[in-house]
Amino acid sequence: MMTTIMPEAILMAAEKYSAGGKHPLTAMFGRDETASGVGYVIYCYFEIPEDKTMDGFKVVFNPNGSLEYDSITHIVPAAAWYEREIKDMFGLVPKGHPDLRPLVLHESFPEGFYPLRKDVKVNAKVRGERQFKVRTAKGEGLFEVPVGPIHAGIIEPGHFRFSQAGEAMLQLDAKLFFTHRGIEKAVEGKTPYEALPIVERICGACSIANTWSFCQAVEKALNIKVPRRAEIIRTLLMELERIANHTGDIGNIPAGVGFNPAISLGGRLKEKLMRLSEAVAGNRFLRGMIITGGVSMDITQELRERIHNVMDEVADGVEDMATMFREQENFQNRVQTTGIVRNQTAVDLALVGVGARASGYEHDSRSDFSYGVYDELDFKPYTKTMGDVAARLLVRIGELSASFEMVDKLIELLNNCDSQELFVPVAYAEGASWGISESARGSNFQYVALDSEGRIDRLFVRSASYANWPALPIAVQGDIIPDFPLINKSFELCYACIDR
Amino acid sequence: MFKVLERIFKDKLATEQISLAGSDRFRGPVEGSASGEVLKACAAACPVQAFSVQGEEYRVDYKKCLFCGRCVEACAKAAVDEAAEAGLKHKHEDALPVLVEAGQEVLQEVLKVKLGRSLHVRHLDAGSCNACDFEMGAMSNPIYDLHRYGVHFVASPRHADMLMVTGVVTRNLEQALKMSYEALPEPKLVMACGACAAGGETYGDTYAVVGAADKVVPVDLYVPGCPPRPSAMIMALLAAADMLKEKMK
Repeated sequence: MMTTIMPEAILMAAEKYSAGGKHPLTAMFGRDETASGVGYVIYCYFEIPEDKTMDGFKVVFNPNGSLEYDSITHIVPAAAWYEREIKDMFGLVPKGHPDLRPLVLHESFPEGFYPLRKDVKVNAKVRGERQFKVRTAKGEGLFEVPVGPIHAGIIEPGHFRFSQAGEAMLQLDAKLFFTHRGIEKAVEGKTPYEALPIVERICGACSIANTWSFCQAVEKALNIKVPRRAEIIRTLLMELERIANHTGDIGNIPAGVGFNPAISLGGRLKEKLMRLSEAVAGNRFLRGMIITGGVSMDITQELRERIHNVMDEVADGVEDMATMFREQENFQNRVQTTGIVRNQTAVDLALVGVGARASGYEHDSRSDFSYGVYDELDFKPYTKTMGDVAARLLVRIGELSASFEMVDKLIELLNNCDSQELFVPVAYAEGASWGISESARGSNFQYVALDSEGRIDRLFVRSASYANWPALPIAVQGDIIPDFPLINKSFELCYACIDR
Repeated sequence: MFKVLERIFKDKLATEQISLAGSDRFRGPVEGSASGEVLKACAAACPVQAFSVQGEEYRVDYKKCLFCGRCVEACAKAAVDEAAEAGLKHKHEDALPVLVEAGQEVLQEVLKVKLGRSLHVRHLDAGSCNACDFEMGAMSNPIYDLHRYGVHFVASPRHADMLMVTGVVTRNLEQALKMSYEALPEPKLVMACGACAAGGETYGDTYAVVGAADKVVPVDLYVPGCPPRPSAMIMALLAAADMLKEKMK
């Protein structure tokens, strides 16, 4: 049970629960509970790694009283974005926040429009003119480089404004959330089963992570035990998704410096993995596999053999790429000491995934929490300490070999699993809980609350990229602007899942 | 390093002919028949209202279809009591979803005359989940090697013959789409790629969504799929460049 506090007590609570930064802030989000007479509520979840669980508090606001509270960003820097989002979506204002510009809603929305409040209709079409001022540095000889939202390559939309001192990037301000589709509002009133096609389309690259976190939250809220076979298959799918993403990424990072042989090899390996996904799930993004209560299809003996064979081929290719990277001095020159995130920054911003682990911050939900069958896989997070592009590349390569091993173990577990049960039927009822899973980018947290009819009252999605985006403007400072694509690719931050 | 080179040589040519076939589990267009009652259950299961029924006949709007398989699943469930029911299933051998729209033929004429079969494309993510974008990226890998067909991606709409739109148009990107369309030189062509851009129903109607691409700019060609596979996208681009017939031989 989460402690309920009044808005005045938020600073004290944040201090206590964050334990001086030892317990990272996983998520902070609002919820409109005025219908049940509670009011507007802010939920704060902190990870307690030593207990493999989460704890936190909720702050209750009387809708007719003051909707202001003291910003916790100066105690918990990771809260900066969450507080801005809560202001956009619910109109709860963090006093003393260093940057209160809108985050999610751009110029075409009017002031005072709070879409996640229950009195706003899902398809409300209101127009207005809100201000969004991009931040720039001023001074003699400084100039600006505006980029996006439509980029030169085939990538997702975001606007970057670089403040330059010659070639060096002094400051980067990013305007994001261009692909905000209102997903959290769109699923309200749907049953979890009805919402699944939307949840697996939050982000193309992380559909297993998103659906797993979502289903885990629903299952925890309703006290459902997932069959063992389904747990093994879910874990296997998660690792396949990670392997596909990491392989794609190590083939994409060299594109930041025009290292073509590596790009080609990476593209070929990724394609093998996408085709494997199609054989397993019937589509190339593993959609439709995870359902509430278990999984929809088995991974047959034939498929298991195919997975094993493809893994062998890909493992060889990854080894080749690692050799190419290691032996190309030009390449090493570009990636070493580029885009550094210091360990303290990673901890302060509660970074997740590759972004955290490349800066020596051992933060991995596969070992920090207990879900799937990771406990049986003898898994240990892979870290590097330099925090540069090279470290993020090496962490991916290291994690790939760990994942190849895990896939073999998982196939073994599946071979030895006598139970053929793939899912248990789920009767949707009232309840609320959270779910977490480790996507290729880092932990993916979701909170699901179901109403008395078992329909979604609130879904909150915090993808790994949401936690890691604020690190990018810090990583680029002082590096030259031609290195930006490289640094950006090394984080491989996804826009679709932060924008939702 | 020599070992690496040796291995690459051994692999020989990676580039493949474009194939339309999918794996056994692939969910392509829907075929088969079922009774009116069963079809109603299929229509009710569709998350994007792409499945419509009239009596014993059904129609799937492939612009909207997510190829999620829920209609086929519902059919199997509802048809259990009705013996001798053929039921619906997904095609997987000929997995390319049909290209929609009669505008195609006109388009081919325009292209032949004005562009001589080369096509320069600007991609525009209008609010996609990035699956379409990843598949577009895959078209350039050595296996699909899109460049061999004379199709190129360019950096600016000012250099492009066609705008390839992915994703449902969001409020935050509506202006960007309009401005990119205006920046496109004549003849302006627009392809709506994937269920979001073509049908616009993926997430329903929300405060943050404008809808399908044709709500904002005129669209010449729709490519179904969620996402369309790289081979389907290439077929669509070839159709756009009047090379479809030749490649289907």
